[in-house]
Amino acid sequence: MDFVLAALVGLFIATGVYLLLSRSVIRMLIGMTVFGNGVNLLIFTAGRVTQELAPIVPPGLEAPAGPIANPLPQALILTAIVIGFSMFSFLLVLAFRAYQSLDADNTDTMRLAEPERSPQPPLSY
Amino acid sequence: MAASAPASGLPQAMIETATPAGAWVVVLPVVLALLGAAVLLMLRHRRGLPLPAALLVLAAIVACEIALLIEVIAVGPVSMTMGNWLPPFGISLTVDVFGAAFALAAAVVTLLVLLYAEIDRSEADEGDAFHALVLLLLAGVTGAFLTGDLFNLYVWFEVTLIASFGLLVQGARPVQLDAAVKYGFLNFLATTLFLLALGLLHGLLGTLNMADIMRVAPAADMAAMGGIAALLLLAFGMKAAAFPLNAWLPAAYHTPPAAVSALFAGLLTKVGAYALLRTLAAVLPGSRDLLEPALVTVAIGTLLLAPLGAIAETNLRRASGFLVIGGIGTILAGLALPGREAVAGAGFYIFHAILTMTALYLVVGLVEKRTGATDSRQMGGLYAASAPLSMLFFLLILATAGVPPFLGFWPKLLLLEAGLGAGVTAAEVSWAAIGLVLALLANAVLTLIAGTRLWAHVFWRSGPEGEASEHEARALVPLARRGRLAFGASAVLALAILAAGLWPNPLMEGALTAAADLVDPARYVAAVGLAGGAP
Repeated sequence: MDFVLAALVGLFIATGVYLLLSRSVIRMLIGMTVFGNGVNLLIFTAGRVTQELAPIVPPGLEAPAGPIANPLPQALILTAIVIGFSMFSFLLVLAFRAYQSLDADNTDTMRLAEPERSPQPPLSY
Repeated sequence: MAASAPASGLPQAMIETATPAGAWVVVLPVVLALLGAAVLLMLRHRRGLPLPAALLVLAAIVACEIALLIEVIAVGPVSMTMGNWLPPFGISLTVDVFGAAFALAAAVVTLLVLLYAEIDRSEADEGDAFHALVLLLLAGVTGAFLTGDLFNLYVWFEVTLIASFGLLVQGARPVQLDAAVKYGFLNFLATTLFLLALGLLHGLLGTLNMADIMRVAPAADMAAMGGIAALLLLAFGMKAAAFPLNAWLPAAYHTPPAAVSALFAGLLTKVGAYALLRTLAAVLPGSRDLLEPALVTVAIGTLLLAPLGAIAETNLRRASGFLVIGGIGTILAGLALPGREAVAGAGFYIFHAILTMTALYLVVGLVEKRTGATDSRQMGGLYAASAPLSMLFFLLILATAGVPPFLGFWPKLLLLEAGLGAGVTAAEVSWAAIGLVLALLANAVLTLIAGTRLWAHVFWRSGPEGEASEHEARALVPLARRGRLAFGASAVLALAILAAGLWPNPLMEGALTAAADLVDPARYVAAVGLAGGAP
């Protein structure tokens, strides 16, 4: 099971990187999401996938009786999902606004902040 | 913390005693900044209220951080663990001298930037969340400086990032949106890469508490740890705008209002550099040694290419952006060199860069205000119009380049000593260290050339390019009352930098003590309350 998940993580991240290399902002956004989900899956897999009991201590005991699943990856992933989603929403709105005001969703044509033919530096001094 | 052991004989996992009131200073700066941001968001429509309220919160934060710094200097690293769990289960905030000093510098520059920001704000800006976002940014930056837990560091990075997004696009001019797309994607990618490294680290070691990692990392597989450290270097290098991942910084930092740029230049890249210093020099020193060739290459590349970019650039704030990157190169040089002096130099340089880069951008903003231009080709003759402004700019250029006796010189002196110690006088000649020393010297000369050329173009020549030299200086935009406030804020910061450069001894000694704690983490681990100490 671990190997399947690890391969899936690799696939997710490869797809994400491929899409991020695109010039279209929307593809980059999708790439970012796929990449982020690959990372979430990686945390899940790195936390060891087992079929143990839920990490709940039964009433009356100080410690769980047998081995239990690792509860920490869930907490980490939950945080990462929330943050990733908020970043994604922001970038989505930003991409839309940039499309409206710059009339471009191709990063090659977004050259307002870095003018394409930048002037020569002054030669005095 | 010492409560009776539980009946089962398991080790203690919970903190059962209340935290003493004095210990709260560890977490108060972050709490105050977050609470302040929330309150300011609610108050944002009350006219005239947000600025005084924000200043009040910042003054409280500065007071807390001064108390924290005094305590840290007196007793060594202090730690506070959240949520009643003992470390490594609870999230620890652990502060040493570097963390406390950087957090204090960040709060002080934020205070001055808020005063300065009034120059760009008008009636129409009432009701935007500017002050709340600045406090949120400060909360993220302070949290990153004070935290003792890697996942917590990731969360603070994201808090900083989302606040900086908001500040960058505020006003929504097309050029800002363009810059925000590039800044946003690359920085989000960098934090996601950081998360990737964290996932692997957690899978390998089972802990993300920095002090706990220091204990268990030496026993882990070297190759796997080296891979994780390389990922961390990639992620933080991207955040810090180190060569070859520096392209987003000059593309983004010149688009928002001057005050926001100044805040970004002073705080954001320094958090990335600090995270590199903390993770590689303190938490994973074994992996740092493994990565030394990569660090040397990155440092030399950043040191040489950044000032060349500044020389080639005509836009004043874009050129300043390259000077920010050059400072990152100096910090990386400290990380690439072995020994306590090198770490002290890198930490001292971060402190210097927080103050100086903010001040430089503030002064550049004033220059842009007075000339009404952003390109140095359209500027000139400002010396006749405003000699004090020209002196401030010149002072900051000298401080950035590291000309003695200005502030930038002293950390570079530590780095050069460390480099010569490792390269020449050591038993074995190290070419990497010699290369770093030469790159540091070349960086100083090139930065000086870039900076003085800008100064000559903007201030010294009689008028903009193409204008005959005998013409009267053009009428410059006079500064209004708010402009004088902004000038005062920049002057206070520049004079503080001058004073710190003239009396560097306390800072020098502080940096060396702090570096000792970073290189030998025994006191840091003990402060968190983990037994065993570092091997």
